[in-house]
Amino acid sequence: MTALLEVSGVCVTFDGFRAINNLSFTINEAELRAVIGPNGAGKTTFMDIVTGKTRPDEGSVTWGERAVSLLKMSEAAIARAGVGRKFQRPTVFEDQTVGENLILALKSRRGPLSALKFRATGAGRTRVAELAREVGLADQLGRKAGELSHGQKQWLEIAMLLAQEPRLLLVDEPAAGMTLAERERTTRMLVEIAKTRAVVVVEHDMDFVRRLNCKVTVLHEGAVLAEGSLDHVTANPQVIEVYLGRG
Amino acid sequence: MTDPLAPRSFLVRNPSVLWVLGLLAAFCLLVTLLSPSLGMGVISTSFVKTLGKTLCLCLAALAMDVVWGYTGILSLGHMAFFALGGYMIGQWLMYARTEEIVLSALASDPLPPTAGEIAQGVATQIFGVVGSSEMPVIWAFAHSLPAQLALVVLVPGLLALVFGWLAFRSRVTGVYLSILTQAMTLALSLYLFQNDTGLRGNNGLSGLQNLPGLASAGQDAVSLWFFWASAAALALAYLLLAWATSGKFGSVLRAIRDDEARVRFLGYPVEGYKLFVFAGTAVLCGLAGALYYPQAGIINPAELAPIASIYLAVWVAIGGRGRLYGAVIGAAFVSLLSSWFTGGRAPSIPLGFYTINWVDWWLVLLGLSFVAVTLFAPKGIGGLFDVSLGRRSPDRKGAPLGPDDGSLQEKEATE
Repeated sequence: MTALLEVSGVCVTFDGFRAINNLSFTINEAELRAVIGPNGAGKTTFMDIVTGKTRPDEGSVTWGERAVSLLKMSEAAIARAGVGRKFQRPTVFEDQTVGENLILALKSRRGPLSALKFRATGAGRTRVAELAREVGLADQLGRKAGELSHGQKQWLEIAMLLAQEPRLLLVDEPAAGMTLAERERTTRMLVEIAKTRAVVVVEHDMDFVRRLNCKVTVLHEGAVLAEGSLDHVTANPQVIEVYLGRG
Repeated sequence: MTDPLAPRSFLVRNPSVLWVLGLLAAFCLLVTLLSPSLGMGVISTSFVKTLGKTLCLCLAALAMDVVWGYTGILSLGHMAFFALGGYMIGQWLMYARTEEIVLSALASDPLPPTAGEIAQGVATQIFGVVGSSEMPVIWAFAHSLPAQLALVVLVPGLLALVFGWLAFRSRVTGVYLSILTQAMTLALSLYLFQNDTGLRGNNGLSGLQNLPGLASAGQDAVSLWFFWASAAALALAYLLLAWATSGKFGSVLRAIRDDEARVRFLGYPVEGYKLFVFAGTAVLCGLAGALYYPQAGIINPAELAPIASIYLAVWVAIGGRGRLYGAVIGAAFVSLLSSWFTGGRAPSIPLGFYTINWVDWWLVLLGLSFVAVTLFAPKGIGGLFDVSLGRRSPDRKGAPLGPDDGSLQEKEATE
């Protein structure tokens, strides 16, 4: 199987501080991966690099079968290539309705002229309604996103991510601020999504990671410290020292 | 329950369109009936011109509302595009009119004038005031109305494209972008104040109210024509912008205004959208200016001083940004009030120890109203319509519906 995303030898320095230090990371098509690590390990910076928000000083990031470099592409071009990102804090467009938020995210041509000509066609509307039903927002389509509860906003953002139809989803702490029941639902959903797409989940919560039941990458000081099953990495003495030992 | 995703007709999405167009039509009829040329002559020709000019300002305010209220770019340069449109049409008006005068002056000569003599005569007439008798290169197309009309669109549009491309590509946003647009406006204004720029320095272009070849029509009729043209332009622009901002395009613009980084991660070329809107509204402003200055009769570099663009922002803020009718109301209300106060018709208030003379104090009043609107009624005059419809927003003290306060139910959030 070819790698969908391949990050190799990437370094990023912020004002002399090495946020990412010779990081290499590979994820395949339809793979679920959890990324854990203590605060400041470079998890968010890693996502920033892949989505084009931060440019690395060294290294390469390649994408897809044809191994296209993502480093020269703008954030928007990377998103169009199929990388979707969910932020830690829910970032939905509060002043617009749930339906408008989903239509914005719905896969379509993104240029200004296409947006002017855009009409919500039968297929698009069905897809939006379907996604809203999937995340339990079917009867909220006409409401402003700003009126939703924190958990509902998280769901809306996940639905927006799916509407984009990305090939790789980068999900930053999806379970933050969710109740136990919601966490379980999120877990099931992520596992389901990962059957058809690659999913990278950054998470602090070990129970959540355990339920995902997937390969785990441990980051520390901007580099990969250990990789493997959760049991394998938690047995690693280095991991215990830098991460688990503190908890 | 109705399907909130179902496509709705244009008028359902834009209930204000019928109101605005209806009121505009009624207003046109009223002014025509009261006008000196076709009606009872209750109002003067100069007042017809004032009303026509006001409609052009409303058009500029509409453009400003789309670029600021919808897209979040506080441009302090849109009145520069407006003035550039005026300069472009002014070149033709002045050239063609001067040519007529020169031809009639040379008509008494025994020999028919050569093309060179005519050109020399026109150049001396126009540029004698700045001590030159050469026709500058930028007047190359001044003899042709179609060419100058094309320039009305092209000059503001291209300037906005180049400027916007440089600014947006570097991700300059917020206050810095406003300062940059203001610097552009100031530089352009200072440049045009020089005598050797080919646009007659601080004299500007004058006599623009005289339409070449239509001297017999008289200003009474011409003023009404321009009033109608301004009203038609405003109506068309309102329809166009209501259509553009009510669909997905408008949704993207509002999303860019609220969180442009997030829009990028959805795959939208944010810079492309900003450039499209910035240049598109610059063209609209150019067209508005091309209708405005023939009614004003004169244009000079003071017209594109930064203060003019700041006024434009104030009108939109007072009218209510983010809604098209708000911009129209703001521009009409404040600019008419402004010409009433500064025209010396507002009665002075004697306080005994001091007399409030409105010509001097109007700006203070305007400034205070702007501050008051910003602080106490951020939705502006347009917000009154929300109140009358019972649509009220919760007072969040300027904070967005955050993760902790966002769980307001529908009922609570609209109270």
